[in-house]
Amino acid sequence: MANQTRRNFIKTSALITSATIGLTNKSKAAPKYILSEDRMGVLVDTTVCIGCRKCEWACKVEHNLPTSAIETYDDRSVFNEKRRPNDKALTVVNEYPNDYSDKFPINVKVQCMHCDKPACLSACIVGAFSKHENGAVTWDTSKCIGCRYCMVACPFQIPAFEFEKALKPDIKKCDFCYEQRTSKGKLPACVEICPVEAITFGRREDLIKTARQKIKIYPNRYINRIFGEYEVGGTSWLYLASKEFEKLDFPKLGKDPAPGVSEAIQHGIFAYFVPPVALYALLGGIMWINKNKKSKEKEQEK
Amino acid sequence: MENLKPTILQKKFFTPAVIGLTVLAINGIIFLMIRFLWGIGAVTNLNNQYPWGIWIGIDVAAGVALAAGGFTTAALGHIMHKDQYHAIIRPALLTAMLGYTFVALSVMIDLGRYYYIWHPLIMWNGSSVLFEVGMCVMIYVTVLYIEFLPIVTERFIGRVNLPSFLSKFNKPLDKFLRTLDRGLEKTMFIFIIAGVVLSCLHQSSLGTLMVIAGPKMHPLWQTPVLPLLFLLSAISVGFPMVIMESYLTSKSFGLKPETNILSDLSNIVAPLLGIYLAFKIGDMVIRQTFVYLTEVNTESIMFTLEILIGVIIPLRMFLSNEIKKSPTGMAIASFLVVLGVLLNRINNFLVAYNPPYSSKAYFPSFGEISVTIGFIALEILLFRFFVLNFPIVSLPVYSTPQAKFTIRGGSK
Repeated sequence: MANQTRRNFIKTSALITSATIGLTNKSKAAPKYILSEDRMGVLVDTTVCIGCRKCEWACKVEHNLPTSAIETYDDRSVFNEKRRPNDKALTVVNEYPNDYSDKFPINVKVQCMHCDKPACLSACIVGAFSKHENGAVTWDTSKCIGCRYCMVACPFQIPAFEFEKALKPDIKKCDFCYEQRTSKGKLPACVEICPVEAITFGRREDLIKTARQKIKIYPNRYINRIFGEYEVGGTSWLYLASKEFEKLDFPKLGKDPAPGVSEAIQHGIFAYFVPPVALYALLGGIMWINKNKKSKEKEQEK
Repeated sequence: MENLKPTILQKKFFTPAVIGLTVLAINGIIFLMIRFLWGIGAVTNLNNQYPWGIWIGIDVAAGVALAAGGFTTAALGHIMHKDQYHAIIRPALLTAMLGYTFVALSVMIDLGRYYYIWHPLIMWNGSSVLFEVGMCVMIYVTVLYIEFLPIVTERFIGRVNLPSFLSKFNKPLDKFLRTLDRGLEKTMFIFIIAGVVLSCLHQSSLGTLMVIAGPKMHPLWQTPVLPLLFLLSAISVGFPMVIMESYLTSKSFGLKPETNILSDLSNIVAPLLGIYLAFKIGDMVIRQTFVYLTEVNTESIMFTLEILIGVIIPLRMFLSNEIKKSPTGMAIASFLVVLGVLLNRINNFLVAYNPPYSSKAYFPSFGEISVTIGFIALEILLFRFFVLNFPIVSLPVYSTPQAKFTIRGGSK
């Protein structure tokens, strides 16, 4: 009999627990944030890239963005100005002069870095961004209200907004081909099409090892730094270069995660709601004391 | 001693100035329609580098700060129980209520998907500063409306007079108003304290908003104590805003300014401004950002202007006894404080924000400025409407039966 009740108790408590968890999961709708040890990444070797811009074309096709024919991408005059990813192109390639050889300019592919501790995810008012197990940082159109705080927060200035749309403007950024490809074990479209294997998809840890090895074997070819290894707490996309990254228009960033300070302040002010409740109690006390004082004064006057 | 009582002002609504404001408001609304029909890009100069413009920097950030008069006077009058200030609480409350209503409207017009403005209510992100600001402002607007309700009940109790066929509802409505009034009287303290707490929370969090922009923000402003600076500046601009608004109201309606109350208020402004200045300078010294003031550029000029015109000069003015005796002097000093906080919010949200890949600095478009000015004009018009239709402005009451309708210093 005792056994029976105990089993019943365990059953009910398990039911209650699972129900509560289910409820809180639903009601809070907190953003998904997973930092898996096996998260994937992409290593971009800017010394290998030839600036063919096939990745730009493949990205547009993959994301159903309007694009001209693939042959038109051979036109190198676009390199005359520096471009940024926007709502019509989630990735772009820029060109920079090579100090040692005019024949081989440096080409740099730009897209979302898929931070390990994304500022956009921390900032988003409705938690529309998620960090997935494979490292992808994606945006959820069903939540977004278009406040553009993610754009203010992003240290790489990546998220783009459809300013020309009156209804349902989207935030556009590289999604690591999460839905159609990387979540199913396929390569991202840009990696797949790259004819010179300048971009490599793999486990982030393995990519860092590979990058280190490359630097060790070819110390003259690379500077001794992997961009994205530590920047703002680490990013899924990693870069190798022959030249200081800041000269290739990479932002100068520290090692601290971008949302760090703001989250610390935020959680300090709202530590289990203690400070606001304490302030409320304090003000209530002051109000009560002053009221009593006033009514006593009035009595004395009488 | 004369007795002050909130009274409905008896004046015409339309004056030449009101017509001018109406034109400005309509101009703003036209550009708003373009924004809703063709998108944010059609009206603003915003782009992927500068996602936020003056609608956030001025209408929202400065709007929230300049509506701080509501919670500072509530704290002074109700929580500290300084009864002599009761005459200014209602105008300050009205300013705050209208101010926050327009803050909410400005957020809405700036949202790409304004029709999803309710999403944060059910989609929470505890780490987002904006989420906290949004929730606080939403609750605070509600609290302000509740705090304003007694003025509505006072206006209509015993005076409910619905047109013809609705007239049978007159009695039940009057009864409902009386019950509401009694309930509000008993519970108002809850909302008053809540209003002050909510204000402290979101006034400071508004400062935390830009912290996440990190190195994109100029070091003169980017500091972890931004929330404290925002709270202190909001508290110090609360009373100057009330002084300015009271002065303008008395000028506009031909009343005698409440010099005594305003002088008393002025006495509190100087210490508050002093504390803010001390923290601002202290932060600059500790982080050694004064080195940036040696270079001459937009940032250093704007920073100097903000501190000099917005804090140091008015601080000196509020310490002078002569100025505290003159309503005009106090109004000018108050205007400088208001201007200083406005500059500070513009600096924090727009001037300090230097995105890494911008080719051209942001400057608001004609449409953006039109909407901002249109909203301010609408706010003033609504303020006038409320003052003419609800017992807001306090006038002295003499023991004559018509006292209610006497206008001090007026034509009659």
